[in-house]
Amino acid sequence: MTDFFVSSSLIAIWSAMSVYTLAFIMFTLDLAKRSASAQALPTSAADARSAAASVSGTSRAAASRAEGGDTIVLDKPPVVAKPVYRYKFERIAFALTVVAWVVHVAGVVLRGLAQGHVPWSNMFEFSLTATAIIVGVFIGVQFWQNLKFLGAYITGFSLIALGVGTVNFYTDVRPLPPALQSAWLVIHVFVAVLGTSFFALGAGLSITQLLQARRASSKAAGLKFLQTLPGADALENLAYRVIVVGFVFWTFTLIAGAVWAERAWGRYWGWDTKEVWTFIIWTIFAGYLHARATRGWRGGRSAWLAIVGFGAVLFNFTIVNLFFKGLHAYSGL
Amino acid sequence: MGFVGYLRFFWRQLTSMRTALFLLLLLAIAAVPGSLVPQRSSDPNGVLQYFTNNPTLAPVLDSVQGFDVYSSAWFSAIYLLLFVSLIGCVVPRTLHHWRALRSKPPKTPARLERLEGFTSVDVAAGDVTATAAIESARGILKKSGYRVRLFGADGGQLSVSAERGYLRETGNLVFHFSLIGVLISVGIGGGFGYSGQKVIVEGDSFANVLLSYESFLPGRFFDESVLQPYRLSLDKFTPTYEQDNPAAMGQPIDYEADVTTYENGSDVGTPAVIKVNDPLRVAGSDVYLLGNGYAPVITVRDGQGNVAFSDAVAFLPQDANLMSLGVIKVPDALPEQIGMIGFFYPSLAESADGQLVSNFPDLINPTLSLRVFTGDLGLDAGIPRSVYSLATDNMTEVAGRTANTPAIELVPGQTVDLPGGIGTVTFENRSPAGTPASDLSQSVPRFASLDIHRDPSQGWVLVFALLVLAGLMTSLFIPRRRVWVKAVEKEDGSLRLEYAGLARGEDPVLEKAVHEIAERHSQQLGLKLLP
Ligand code: HEM
Repeated sequence: MTDFFVSSSLIAIWSAMSVYTLAFIMFTLDLAKRSASAQALPTSAADARSAAASVSGTSRAAASRAEGGDTIVLDKPPVVAKPVYRYKFERIAFALTVVAWVVHVAGVVLRGLAQGHVPWSNMFEFSLTATAIIVGVFIGVQFWQNLKFLGAYITGFSLIALGVGTVNFYTDVRPLPPALQSAWLVIHVFVAVLGTSFFALGAGLSITQLLQARRASSKAAGLKFLQTLPGADALENLAYRVIVVGFVFWTFTLIAGAVWAERAWGRYWGWDTKEVWTFIIWTIFAGYLHARATRGWRGGRSAWLAIVGFGAVLFNFTIVNLFFKGLHAYSGL
Repeated sequence: MGFVGYLRFFWRQLTSMRTALFLLLLLAIAAVPGSLVPQRSSDPNGVLQYFTNNPTLAPVLDSVQGFDVYSSAWFSAIYLLLFVSLIGCVVPRTLHHWRALRSKPPKTPARLERLEGFTSVDVAAGDVTATAAIESARGILKKSGYRVRLFGADGGQLSVSAERGYLRETGNLVFHFSLIGVLISVGIGGGFGYSGQKVIVEGDSFANVLLSYESFLPGRFFDESVLQPYRLSLDKFTPTYEQDNPAAMGQPIDYEADVTTYENGSDVGTPAVIKVNDPLRVAGSDVYLLGNGYAPVITVRDGQGNVAFSDAVAFLPQDANLMSLGVIKVPDALPEQIGMIGFFYPSLAESADGQLVSNFPDLINPTLSLRVFTGDLGLDAGIPRSVYSLATDNMTEVAGRTANTPAIELVPGQTVDLPGGIGTVTFENRSPAGTPASDLSQSVPRFASLDIHRDPSQGWVLVFALLVLAGLMTSLFIPRRRVWVKAVEKEDGSLRLEYAGLARGEDPVLEKAVHEIAERHSQQLGLKLLP
């Protein structure tokens, strides 16, 4: 039975990866297509669109009074950019992403069934589950804001992480070592991944923001598809709202990690390498939040902090796990 | 600028947002080196190793506290400055907030159209009066949690000024004060605690007094009287290893230490179980199971046939299959002192290149291999020596690598003569009576290494940490905003209702909120909406 679950899990993962690849290609085509239509578009219209997308822009409700009755029209202005164009490729790409994600989640669940414990106890499983949650958050976030333009970034990133995880970090099904037999494994790691997902989105938005700001300041055409995206200010606000959620999860991860460390290792904080890097990441994002309230640090600089912060998250997961010595020696390699 | 002027200038700089941000980022950078270089606090052996491997670089790093980064002067300086800055920042903010909490919403601005989310609605003459409109707006705002204040009742334009989300700032202050709380409880509270290590063999017991500990790290304000008198015996240690899954053969699945505690000198014990992830809380201290291994029982008789040594000796595991290293010192042997360095293999096997190895962590084929030395153990020189190392400088190897006789190999129950008639060594078989001779699974006792801690402040640290989290969420997710609704009466008797808001801090949905209020207001006033 275990063998059956293990192999079906792997089949699901490889299938998900192939569909993600298709989705990635479609998302890239969509960006190319956006560039093409942006070229055809008079610049002023594109700029008007991005101004409308600006969350902080002032807009007014038109109110008019109809004849003969107390009837008022309150025009609710769009807080969020409504897609002006119908992007065929984007729709296909997103649908493919959802399909791939469902298969991916099935792979994660099968892996969990194969071993009888949560599928995030070593680096392979962590890549597997973390990418599923990252894509899941990406899909979920669309109900709130249309961030599909990050599709190429998210599917590309997940594809690499999933590929490296499955090819280089693969580990056979093993029982949980005593140190990991704790409910905290479920909570602490899961919330860390949630935080990571939001930081990933935040970094993607911040990168787009920097590109957008460069385009605006240099007056050069830059990457054409940027004309079809929200303006730098709107992107910055979106990044902030996403990162704030990530930061709350990260703070929780830090505290939960300390509580667990107290039970498993006999002290709640000991500057173990993993603890150090969790602290560094926390401090960088605390810096990000302060940067937003500091004159001269809004805009580009705070965007860089968000990117560096997410870089530190990746560093913490890859380099620290593989090459640094510490108590968190659970990579399974 | 006089001296006081400078001080004031310096203080203003230190408590500015910019400085706080700079210190915060500096702290992140300063924390990095401690993850690149082993630290004395978490990896003392790694530090020794580093000195051996990098004899020139290590002393340089040591001189800048590179092996004690998190207690170094420079790291402490950064976070202390940060916290001074923090206090300088939040104390005035607290006073300000205290006043804000008790003051009423401010006067409605003269021109609302410049503000965020400005919306206006024209109402025909006679539909609603300004008073009724403002009264209903006041009701809506009040119900939505705004603190409200009416203006213009004494003539002039009627308006309602509203503010909500005071909790945002409260949360922010709680967040910052709780950070200070964490730092203080870690810094001061930690000083009253202690942590000690004890290796205890099955069947033995341990009394909670300073002398019993193998190593002991007292906090700064530690007082021996906090060691409450209790005794703890290790009755049985049971590891469980994977036996079916070929990918994880021999991997530990469970460790269980069955202990009995005797508090306040009582002879009536309380049985308990200690596991990894499941410490025992006893008499104000916490007992953690951090390691385990084998403690072969060895008896040494000297040349005259006297028992010079008989004890269980803890061997330290060297690999996952518990090949373990141990040292036996027999200072009382006559005519010469005897020392042995041994490897213990719970399941002896030979590797492809002829090395002795252990291929399973349980006792399947237990074997002890001993190198034997005679001479001066160096115990009398007054230099403290670890029980886990043997100084062989003044000793001669009589069995082992450099001797004529090969290392001695023993299985449980076996006795072997030492070379040169200096005595015998016995590897005792401790299997319970009635065990068949072929079953060696219980022939060697095990030890558990326990960490015993007391940290009276850790509850406080947790409370403050949770307050940090609660304060953070409150300060990030509760919007603080002001909203105004104004009723402007025109000459022709018609009415113009105006709505606008002002964000105080991050508030990405302010506009939407103002529009919603306008909409609800229209509905309540009975102004029908077109589809
Ligand atoms: C250990 C050091 C510190 C940490 C970890 C920290 C962390 C944070 C966090 C997470 C927030 C919430 C972000 C937000 O509400 O936007 C915040 C807000 C804030 N902090 Fe700190 N802080 C620290 C030190 C300081 C210091 C020294 C100051 C003042 C000099 C300060 C002033 C502020 C202010 C003014 C805000 C509100 C920002 C806003 O308008 O939203 N903080 N801090």
